[in-house]
Amino acid sequence: MIPVSAFLIVAAVLFGIGTVGVLTSRNMIILFMSIELMLNAANLALIAFSRAVGVVDGQAFVFLVLTVAAAEAAVGLAMVLTVFRNRETINIDRYNLLKW
Amino acid sequence: MTLDQIIFFVSAVVAVFGATMMIVQRNPVASVLYLIVSLVAQAVLYMQLGTVFMGAILVVVYAGAILVLFLFVIMLLNLRGNEDLGENSPPLKRITKYLVSILFVVELVFVIRSGFKAQTAVVGVMNSTPGTDQFGSIESVATVLFTRYLYPFELTAVLLLAAVVGAVAIAKRDRGAVPPAGESGAGNAPDASTKAKVEG
Repeated sequence: MIPVSAFLIVAAVLFGIGTVGVLTSRNMIILFMSIELMLNAANLALIAFSRAVGVVDGQAFVFLVLTVAAAEAAVGLAMVLTVFRNRETINIDRYNLLKW
Repeated sequence: MTLDQIIFFVSAVVAVFGATMMIVQRNPVASVLYLIVSLVAQAVLYMQLGTVFMGAILVVVYAGAILVLFLFVIMLLNLRGNEDLGENSPPLKRITKYLVSILFVVELVFVIRSGFKAQTAVVGVMNSTPGTDQFGSIESVATVLFTRYLYPFELTAVLLLAAVVGAVAIAKRDRGAVPPAGESGAGNAPDASTKAKVEG
């Protein structure tokens, strides 16, 4: 028997690792994967709460989040491909065309 | 410790370990593989909450489709983990990002401390009799998804269509544009078709 807070702690730790990855990573691919990890941590929290309350709606929501994550990964990686073609680097510090 | 708790601790530790290794790896391929390890452990956690269907979906969609898409892109970009990744960036920039990260970690520690103290409901599927737990079954998920959430569910179909069209349109190279130095124009057709196939 495991309390819900244990699952929420795991979700919080995963979300924190994802946040640190987004902030510190200079590699655009790893940055994208950190965003996926944050989405997954939110999903874990949703399912834990849905189990604790006993309502199935949380799972339907996780389903929709998974769809959005798939769409985001496809479009985002297409953008990575295009930007890499033009700049020939995946270091996001070099993507500074809109900075002044 | 009961079997329930042992499974929880092992899969939680593996999930956090895989996530940590993902952000510290320099080689993007190793990073993707560690994220897959973390996701499989998270799928075990899902199943422990009784949501067997969602655990299976997580492995199939995430580990099977999205991360393979990442691997495809890494392969297309021909990354080997020896790129310039900002070692020579100005010190202010580096200090700022580590400072903000440490701030988040400190915040996280407070959240976890309050989580250990909290008295919350107890979950776990190990001691419910098999066959009676309808919470995570395909039937119960489908009932909600196709009645109360039918409209959002149909909208996800539109979203996926938009993502397919958008990915192909963004990744396609212009016919009239001059290719950058060092590249031949031959690589453009496989890019678009690979993306479309993986997405479909």
